[in-house]
Amino acid sequence: MSSPHSSVATPQATRLAPPLAGARNYPAQKPAEVYLFGTCVLDLFFPEAGMDAIRLLEREGIRVHFPQGQSCCGQPAYTSGYTDEAREVARAQLALFSHDWPVVVPSGSCAGMFRHHYAELFHDEPATLRQVEALAARTYELAEFLLEVCRIQLDDRGSPIKVALHTSCSARREMGTHVHGRSLLSQLGQVERVDHDHESECCGFGGTFCVRMPDISGAMVRDKTAALAGAGADAVVSADCGCLLNINGAFEKQQQSLRGEHLASFLLRRTGGKSDGVQS
Amino acid sequence: MSAHADTPAIPISFKRRAHDAVHDAQLRKNFRGAMDFLMAKRAAQFPDGDELERLRAFGNRVRARALSKLPDLLQRLEANLTRNGVKVHWAETVDEANAIVHQIVAAHEAKQVIKGKSMVSEEMEMNHYLEGHGVDCLESDMGEFIVQLGNEKPSHIIMPAIHLNAGQVASLFHDKLEVDYTEDVDRLIQIGRETLRRKFFEADIGVSGVNFAIAETGSLLLVENEGNGRMSTTVPPVHIAVTGIEKVVENLRDVVPLLSLLTRSATGQPITTYVNVISGPRKADELDGPQEVHLVLLDNGRSQAFADSELRQTLNCIRCGACMNHCPVYTRIGGHAYGTVYPGPIGKIVTPHMLGLEATRDLPSASSLCGACGEVCPVKIPIPAILRRLREENVRPPAAEPHHMRGQGSKYSRRERYTWKAWRTLNTSPRLYRLFGLAATRLSGLIPADIGPWTEHRSAPKPAARTLHELARDHLGED
Amino acid sequence: MNARDRILGKLKQSLAGTTPIADDYDDALLTAPWSYPAEHRVTRLCSLLQAVHGETVLTTAAEWPARVSEALASRGIDELLISPATAHGQQFAGYLALNGLVTRLKAYDRPVEQWKDELFFSTPASLTGTLGGIAATGSLVVWPTPAEPRLMSLVPPLHIALLKASEVVDNLYQIMQTQRWAERLPTNALLISGPSKTADIQQTLAYGAHGPKELIVMVLQDA
Repeated sequence: MSSPHSSVATPQATRLAPPLAGARNYPAQKPAEVYLFGTCVLDLFFPEAGMDAIRLLEREGIRVHFPQGQSCCGQPAYTSGYTDEAREVARAQLALFSHDWPVVVPSGSCAGMFRHHYAELFHDEPATLRQVEALAARTYELAEFLLEVCRIQLDDRGSPIKVALHTSCSARREMGTHVHGRSLLSQLGQVERVDHDHESECCGFGGTFCVRMPDISGAMVRDKTAALAGAGADAVVSADCGCLLNINGAFEKQQQSLRGEHLASFLLRRTGGKSDGVQS
Repeated sequence: MSAHADTPAIPISFKRRAHDAVHDAQLRKNFRGAMDFLMAKRAAQFPDGDELERLRAFGNRVRARALSKLPDLLQRLEANLTRNGVKVHWAETVDEANAIVHQIVAAHEAKQVIKGKSMVSEEMEMNHYLEGHGVDCLESDMGEFIVQLGNEKPSHIIMPAIHLNAGQVASLFHDKLEVDYTEDVDRLIQIGRETLRRKFFEADIGVSGVNFAIAETGSLLLVENEGNGRMSTTVPPVHIAVTGIEKVVENLRDVVPLLSLLTRSATGQPITTYVNVISGPRKADELDGPQEVHLVLLDNGRSQAFADSELRQTLNCIRCGACMNHCPVYTRIGGHAYGTVYPGPIGKIVTPHMLGLEATRDLPSASSLCGACGEVCPVKIPIPAILRRLREENVRPPAAEPHHMRGQGSKYSRRERYTWKAWRTLNTSPRLYRLFGLAATRLSGLIPADIGPWTEHRSAPKPAARTLHELARDHLGED
Repeated sequence: MNARDRILGKLKQSLAGTTPIADDYDDALLTAPWSYPAEHRVTRLCSLLQAVHGETVLTTAAEWPARVSEALASRGIDELLISPATAHGQQFAGYLALNGLVTRLKAYDRPVEQWKDELFFSTPASLTGTLGGIAATGSLVVWPTPAEPRLMSLVPPLHIALLKASEVVDNLYQIMQTQRWAERLPTNALLISGPSKTADIQQTLAYGAHGPKELIVMVLQDA
């Protein structure tokens, strides 16, 4: 998606919605090397999911680079209205990906930040904007990358299990991660995906929303955990660590045994890969 | 709420009201049921996702085109309405709008006003204003009638009494109308019909809103299912329509896509029972219809939204209510918790222009930015992006230029700003960031079990033993 | 400066230097999904009307008075608001006379103010013509006239409408264009798509809110 400003003649011209996005074109060839952008929440709270993502990519014959200078995509400040601070943090990430390798992000909302919101942040810096647009074009959410670029073939080695999939809202709406996640799970012969009540509804995380509006957020996560627990699933899987932090925290507080797991860890384990297993 | 002028007390208490609402089991049940119903109805009307997306893009284009020539269209609308015999009035504030209505009422020595559904009249608090001048205002839309009877405000812009179930309406009718208690909805509606029927022809003046004002033909288009809108605009000798300045469309044919989007998005109907196009008062040879038709065009902050091209998109709105039907926050707290005339996602982005950000400071934050509203909006208002923008306006220094909004910087806090500056420093310095990661993982035992709002509903998060930065470096080497 | 000039001034200032968006109206999007083979139009219209509790009667230009008479008789209604100035009004009066039927015909021949009470409380049924029907949404096009004023299709609890099958079109856009509405809208133009209804109490649909409780559409198949 290009900048919302690029289609208008003057800054004050009445805005039209961006044109309908067509299906994304994926490279015909699997790349030899990729960058992994780990995301800040995963870095601190779910590092094993990041390692499992790396192992999945390596198993596909891809060399993974993890720029040690990476931190956060800038989203927390951006969604809180601190646009200048978000822009500077975004600028620091932009400098990390000097080769034109794909950037794989094991979190849909952070991938969406790269793909859709950086252009807004840098709309009046033409040189940076070009760099941002190039980055957006090669940014993939992990599930999307495994499915559409690696064209991964998963061989399920686990025993029969019922799984509920929760997709983060921005991952769903900005990256289509729910479709990719379902498609990957459907490759696993012994895995039955069960829908939970109001599957597409937000878990109540919403970044700083969960602490700014604790009553509403709390009501949302209680409903989400009740729906997941009531779905008859043996496991809960999600590709977004913000949601996992929220959902798992609520499960723990409610003294339920169910915990959500990152999709990367689940896929790796089901297909005979060895996870670090350092569950937080 | 006369908050526009004096006190912003109601919107400000949003958090308390939200707290009460999420703990009201009956309210939660009523809203969950109602929203599920409305979402399913809408989905059934759009079986073809491709048609839906193309129609939404079309709707967006029609509305944006109208806004891109708004002053011109308003003048054409005025000229054509005037030619058709409709008197056009302009009001910058709700006080001015009420004064205009009162002048018309006074000129006719009117004592009774019957109202079709109009959210702009709610915005004006017209009932309250006119009652203060000795004029009875009776709501005739069944939902509006119910909330008026209960001394309440609408909790939804399309279905005003959606917060009540049949039993609650039955009790209300039993208490206020002195009829036998019945939960039979058909019977309850017949009681409403019988109560209101005589009122239609006793009323001196009928008031309505407008769904689309058509510049090309000088027409006002209203949609409804009950027939009370047609009654209110046909039976009394005077009809006053009140609407916002953004409601104008260029051509008659422009209403075709908007009408289809409106009724299908709002209540999941292919069309409403009535589409009522009014292009003038009764002519000499006609036997009914009002002798006088007035249109009051209200600004009330809309021109502020209009001044900024991003915020201007707020005015695309055709008031279908789909954003609230799909909003997980609205579903949890209902319409009254917002304390504003327009609740839900659209309310959060339009009300700050009407009341100022100081009175509505918490509304932009009351969203997880999940995007459900923007996804269903029939005219593609980027509601989440505008909420984010309002957050930015909320935390900008109050005196910073350019000044886009009344109440800019209402949540400005030096302490919070420094926190985000510190966050920026941490996240733009790889060395500091890694040190922070080391500290957080090594000292995770020091995180208290109770960390404010988070742990009201969740256990405290526990950082892992080592960060991904460390694990990845061990595995991949320095990169 | 008055409010009008101040509002327009602010709006104009906000648009200074900008170009209006062009009108690239996409009529195909409003017609292609809503087009039907000629033989399906009436069927679709009828089924959509029935879905909202409208009654439809397939009849002919000669037979409809008998069907109307039966509908009234079955409801125990002995009077009908109908315009003697219209062809259908005269046809119905002729039918009654020929068959020695006693249904009282009432004309809307005075301003509403002179007979409000009777119209509202002692007029059980009305019959009006239509300007056509819309298959896409199951709608009747009704433009009130001096002979058939606005309230005829609203106040009586039973509204009977005559619809010529040949005047049922595919969709709203089509009829708006072919009948050149933009050039000739009357003081009041209506689309009517069923009897009056509401779902304002607990989303439970109830008919006969403020307008007609029943709508019967006589579809004249040979007209």
